[in-house]
Amino acid sequence: MSSKIASKIKQKRIAQLIARGKRLDGRGLTDYREVQIESGLIERAEGSARVRLGKTEVLVGVKIEAGEPFPDVPNEGVLTVNAELVPLASPTFEAGPPDENSVELARIVDRGIRESKAIALEDLCVEPGKKVFVVFVDVYVLNHDGNLIDASALASLAALLNTKLFNYEVKEGEIKIKPGYKPLPMRNHPIAVTFAKISDKLIVDPWLEEEQIMDARLTMAVEKDGKICAIQKGGGYGYFAPKEILEASKIAQEKAVELRKLIVKE
Amino acid sequence: MSQKKPEKLIDENDVRLDGRKLNEMRPLRLEIGVLGNADGSAYIEQGKNKILAAVYGPREIHPKHQALPDRAALRCRYHMAPFSVQERKSPAPSRRELELSKVMRESLEPSVFTGYYPRTAIDLFVEVLQADGGTRCAGITVASLALADAGIPMRDIVSACAAGKVEGRLVLDLTDVEDKGGEADMPLAFMPNSNAITLLQMDGMVTGEEFEQLVNMAVEGCKQINQLQKEALKAKYVAAKEAGVEKEEEAEEEAED
Amino acid sequence: MPIFYERKQLVAPGDLLAEDEYMNGENTYREDGKIYATRVGLVHYEDKRVYVVALKSFYIPQVGDTVIGKVLEVTLGGWVVDIGAPYVAMLRASDALERPVKPQRDDLPSLFDVGDMLIAKIVMYDRTRDPLLTVLERGLGKISRGQVIEITPTKIPRVIGKKGSMITILKNETGCQIIIGQNGRILISGKSPEDERSAIMAIRKIEQEAHTSGLTDRIAEMLRKEKSEKSTEVVEDVAKKA
Repeated sequence: MSSKIASKIKQKRIAQLIARGKRLDGRGLTDYREVQIESGLIERAEGSARVRLGKTEVLVGVKIEAGEPFPDVPNEGVLTVNAELVPLASPTFEAGPPDENSVELARIVDRGIRESKAIALEDLCVEPGKKVFVVFVDVYVLNHDGNLIDASALASLAALLNTKLFNYEVKEGEIKIKPGYKPLPMRNHPIAVTFAKISDKLIVDPWLEEEQIMDARLTMAVEKDGKICAIQKGGGYGYFAPKEILEASKIAQEKAVELRKLIVKE
Repeated sequence: MSQKKPEKLIDENDVRLDGRKLNEMRPLRLEIGVLGNADGSAYIEQGKNKILAAVYGPREIHPKHQALPDRAALRCRYHMAPFSVQERKSPAPSRRELELSKVMRESLEPSVFTGYYPRTAIDLFVEVLQADGGTRCAGITVASLALADAGIPMRDIVSACAAGKVEGRLVLDLTDVEDKGGEADMPLAFMPNSNAITLLQMDGMVTGEEFEQLVNMAVEGCKQINQLQKEALKAKYVAAKEAGVEKEEEAEEEAED
Repeated sequence: MPIFYERKQLVAPGDLLAEDEYMNGENTYREDGKIYATRVGLVHYEDKRVYVVALKSFYIPQVGDTVIGKVLEVTLGGWVVDIGAPYVAMLRASDALERPVKPQRDDLPSLFDVGDMLIAKIVMYDRTRDPLLTVLERGLGKISRGQVIEITPTKIPRVIGKKGSMITILKNETGCQIIIGQNGRILISGKSPEDERSAIMAIRKIEQEAHTSGLTDRIAEMLRKEKSEKSTEVVEDVAKKA
């Protein structure tokens, strides 16, 4: 019974408030909603985490399997990120193969992890050129209330930090699992910060109804030393002025530090 | 990659690998109304099984040609998360998931008053977040609660439970390793008021007498689960009701002061 | 005359409520002389009738109901409107314009466009077709200001109260215009967002505590307290500025 069309008077109200520097739920323009993170809930997975960002809920499971390396990097393990927008998360999601939104979501999350070299992939080589470990990061959206990107990136990072790689030995070309494990070797902690442009203002962490009226969306991933490691503009029919993009990069660097504290205890 | 397989599933004292007796069910945890967007939802943990169910509807049906002139079309999608099983599973629906979607729908259909809402769809989604045997039964158990949470009128709450034969003995509620290493696995769904079995399948081989015993075991298991389901439904609202009654009493006390 | 629950006890679908001589009312069904609940709710026994007040249900259209809807689509002959029911509703151009419609000259989107909210009445509904609406009566039409909130439709009578007692208090204490849709949607239009917020919070409280008694007085008190707190704030502000 829920419908995808937003109500015009509500949209007008949201836009008017933002023009005056306020948001409908009382947040400031650069405030995130309440974040809850829980790790290790799926024991079958090598790593897992669930993030609640306001009412948006994303579960990420990490599985590690043996596989072949890419021919151009024969000594490195493989990272692959997949996102499922399962129908129970929103009346607008349909069952079926990944659509452009789910593919974009997966690729943005992947970019942040890959470009910041967050996982030490060279430590995942078993036999150069022949056998390596493949890290599968599966993003499962459980409830869509806006800003799936930041919630998914946060949950992916928390899941990777929660991931345990089993001890093993190679016998007759086969990998045999031994007792014990060690944490997945991680070198960096990328954090994604997403902006929406509404009424010529930049707001951080758009909620669903803000996403429905935004002119454009911008995501920036920031690694632990403050360097920007991934960017994606998407969503909406509009655009950003260069000045706005620079402003966003500064806010993203600040916000990344705040969010990172929630996952990585110093 | 290979992992060690357990030697024996049941010891000489009839105690199972996880410490349970032959006719003991895994501990069950139920939560109602866990998702924000769905019209109704519920979550179950049974042993290591972790399953989420959500309902959207009754709502407009798309594509239109699936509409039924005299009742709502109940549509069910059973799906497993890639990380829910030991070896990562591709997110694309497998033949097993398609079959399970169908039998689960058929197990719940008799319980829903679909005739009240012609030309609509009631969409049921069951997502297995972690699997350890008996997921279709746990899925039916939690799906029935999601339907009730959505306010959809029902004849009864449907409960499901599997019975089987492992190392010569008849057991209740098999885990994945018991199912794979045992001689028979029989999932069953039951509606207590109508004394109706709405799901029945079996893999394996049993004698006629064993079959009768298995059916009785599973039905008893379902009756136990039915109680727990109803308690979970009421528990959610009792909290709200008690909060209201508390306020009533506070106000009365204030009035007396 | 067996009954199995106490008055206002919580029941679940499939719970056996009564047998034999009872008549089955709302949210119950009868089979083999036994009466069972079909929804989670509070059971009531009245004379020889048993019914359940559902804690959660969705709106089923009824002819004559005033509803608040949202335009989903503009078609050749009218509009498709979401009224929060399992069925979408239709508003034909002839039920929106007093004079006959001329497709070449009348621009339907300028009357109601996608995303517009409106107050309408249900003029026709049966099992074989989607409900039909009209906006041609007084008090109906496009909503141009205020906020619309949604509560579960079974609680609407409580928001109105006996002979309108509750809604009168809400209107008087907050100074807001409040229009109630039977489909669980309520329009609140006040002089300031704060007034609207007070009304919204009061309605949410009613939704939570609908089944308790003395609610009308508690709501009245809550709103009066808020009003007096606000006026002391105003007085203090003025004093500071002076």
